[in-house]
Amino acid sequence: MSDETLLAERRNGAPLRAKTGRSGLESRQRHAKARAASSFSGFAYWATIVFFFMPLVVLLVASFDKEKGGEWSGFSFIWYVKLFTESGELWRAFGNSALIAFASALTATVLGTLAAIGVTWYKFPFRGYVRTLNFLPMILPEIVIGISLLVFFAGVGLKLGLVSIYIAHATFNLPFVFLMVSARLDEFDYSVIEAARDLGASEFQTLMKVIVPMSMPGIASGFLTAVTLSLEDFVITFFVTGPGATTLPLFVYSAIRFGVSPVINALSVVMVAGTVALILPLRNYLKYIAAK
Amino acid sequence: MNGSDVTISRVGKSFGSFAALDDVSLDIRKGEFFSLLGPSGCGKTTLLRILGGFEVPDEGTVAIDGVDVVGLSADKRRTNTVFQSYALFPHLSIFENVAFPLRLRKVPPKVLSSRVKDYLALVQLEAHADKMPAQLSGGQKQRVAIARALINEPSVLLLDEPLSALDAKLRQHMLVELDSIHDKVGITFIYVTHDQGEALSVSDRIAVMNQGKVLQVGPPHEIYEDPATDFVARFIGETNLFRGAVVRSEGLLATVAIPEVGEVLVTTDDPVPAGSSVSFAVRPEKIRIAAQKPAAARKDLNVVKGAVDEPIYSGFQTKFYVRTEKGVTFKVFKQHADYSDKGPEIKWRQEVFLSWSAEDGTLVEVARP
Ligand SMILES: Nc1ncnc2c1ncn2[C@@H]1O[C@H](COP(=O)(O)OP(=O)(O)O)[C@@H](O)[C@H]1O
Ligand SMILES: [Mg+2]
Repeated sequence: MSDETLLAERRNGAPLRAKTGRSGLESRQRHAKARAASSFSGFAYWATIVFFFMPLVVLLVASFDKEKGGEWSGFSFIWYVKLFTESGELWRAFGNSALIAFASALTATVLGTLAAIGVTWYKFPFRGYVRTLNFLPMILPEIVIGISLLVFFAGVGLKLGLVSIYIAHATFNLPFVFLMVSARLDEFDYSVIEAARDLGASEFQTLMKVIVPMSMPGIASGFLTAVTLSLEDFVITFFVTGPGATTLPLFVYSAIRFGVSPVINALSVVMVAGTVALILPLRNYLKYIAAK
Repeated sequence: MNGSDVTISRVGKSFGSFAALDDVSLDIRKGEFFSLLGPSGCGKTTLLRILGGFEVPDEGTVAIDGVDVVGLSADKRRTNTVFQSYALFPHLSIFENVAFPLRLRKVPPKVLSSRVKDYLALVQLEAHADKMPAQLSGGQKQRVAIARALINEPSVLLLDEPLSALDAKLRQHMLVELDSIHDKVGITFIYVTHDQGEALSVSDRIAVMNQGKVLQVGPPHEIYEDPATDFVARFIGETNLFRGAVVRSEGLLATVAIPEVGEVLVTTDDPVPAGSSVSFAVRPEKIRIAAQKPAAARKDLNVVKGAVDEPIYSGFQTKFYVRTEKGVTFKVFKQHADYSDKGPEIKWRQEVFLSWSAEDGTLVEVARP
């Protein structure tokens, strides 16, 4: 309905109620139209999109550039070929990163989940303090965690290398898993646990058949977050790494110091593509379990 | 499937310095539909949790079929609980919720499937087996909780205000259904409620509780007609209750002097000597209300004169608040047993006569001199 017809209606003495009595759907459609027509919000939307994706587009273009350097010198797959055939060291670093990400995320998920369950559902002294202390590694600057872990490893005499990186990553990932699982557990009623016990489940059966499956969405997102955080961590890893234990971020950093090799561009594009391929089907799965 | 006797003796339970249960003793019989009735916070849930094994009493014992169960954890007792919040497992389908106890016991799949179907049929939910709990209405969830609690064939079913989250119509319906399930399975039901109407309509016997104590145990009509204390008289249904003293006593007929009403005749079960201090109670539906003074044909008729303060019409009856000359208010229910299109004959502010016979009143909390 246009403003003219509305005005005409009012002039004709149509009751005001007729105007507000429009169905919700109709008024929502009107709002949608108004939003699309507003030039500022449309501009902001597109500016955001461009801002987010422009660097990726530049990266994509650069990875197909024949020559290293700013100017476009022709399309080529040369850097992709180099990435897959002549970059053994890069792939070793990638392998290290993947291994550490998986292992540390798994460790953090198991420990963080158990900690969250314990703190949420069992009563013990100083429960509140334990809960708060658990968040400390999330708030502390990474550099502090890096230094303290380094001092700790030196103190216990652990040789720096993949193992120390794995322990460090599991440590800083734990609070994230703890937080996500706790948030999930807080939504549930304690009586489901009593119900399980009432129906004949032992404590262990209750844990495995009720508590863990019920918190699965929190556990899954905690695990994914842990993998991501581990893959991209630089500062803490830098402190606790040892000879030969190079992760992908460390490798890329050292490579960049000698000028950005377009191989890195190609690697980045491959990683973006890999992540998208991984997330799209997983996203539906996550939505599905979260809906339950 | 068979019910069990439940014997609760001298049970006490405190939270900090607060006594939630104080010296509670109850004998619940095999197969009985037994209600724990009392206002919110009186300790009903605490007592039920002690029976289910979720709480340990500080004092006293609980025996099921004569065997002390105080040390047994919930999974080792032949009791099952229907929780107020349903407590369904949100990650399992309706079928799997009901199958849960059988899966724990590793019942073979064929037997399991047919048993689960039987119990879903018992609560009329066969068609919903594959749904998730979040897809069901409150009443349906409650039924799943009942089926799940019964499939283990417990000898005692504990129900904690199972209907309180449902709307009034559905509550009535579920109550009837619960009663018929009780008849079918024949086990002992212990039913917690704060709703006296629910308790009166389905229970074999009721224990009325207040502030951690059991005040009276008996069948519904006894609780209603012969309340043991003022609290019970006021809590169950509506009543007119006055403090007074017996001034004359001839056998089972006592005359009670009530300062705000005058002298009232009442029959008693045992002789009550003059000088006893008592509470006198008469239910509103037992009082007749009329515009004319009743003919004094019967000498045991009590008559009080007053004026209608407030008539509340509700279709099947009218509730009158009648203020007497001495300034107290009586509640009176007048049933509309016959068809009438004229509207009420007794109107606001009208002068009326209230009457009831000596048998219709009762004495509560008799303190003999
Ligand atoms: N775990 C507990 N800790 C402290 N107080 C409690 C606990 N459980 C119950 N209470 C108290 O005991 C009293 C009785 O509670 P409850 O048995 O739940 O009453 P009802 O079921 O009759 O409403 C209440 O005042 C309640 O606050
Ligand atoms: Mg309660």
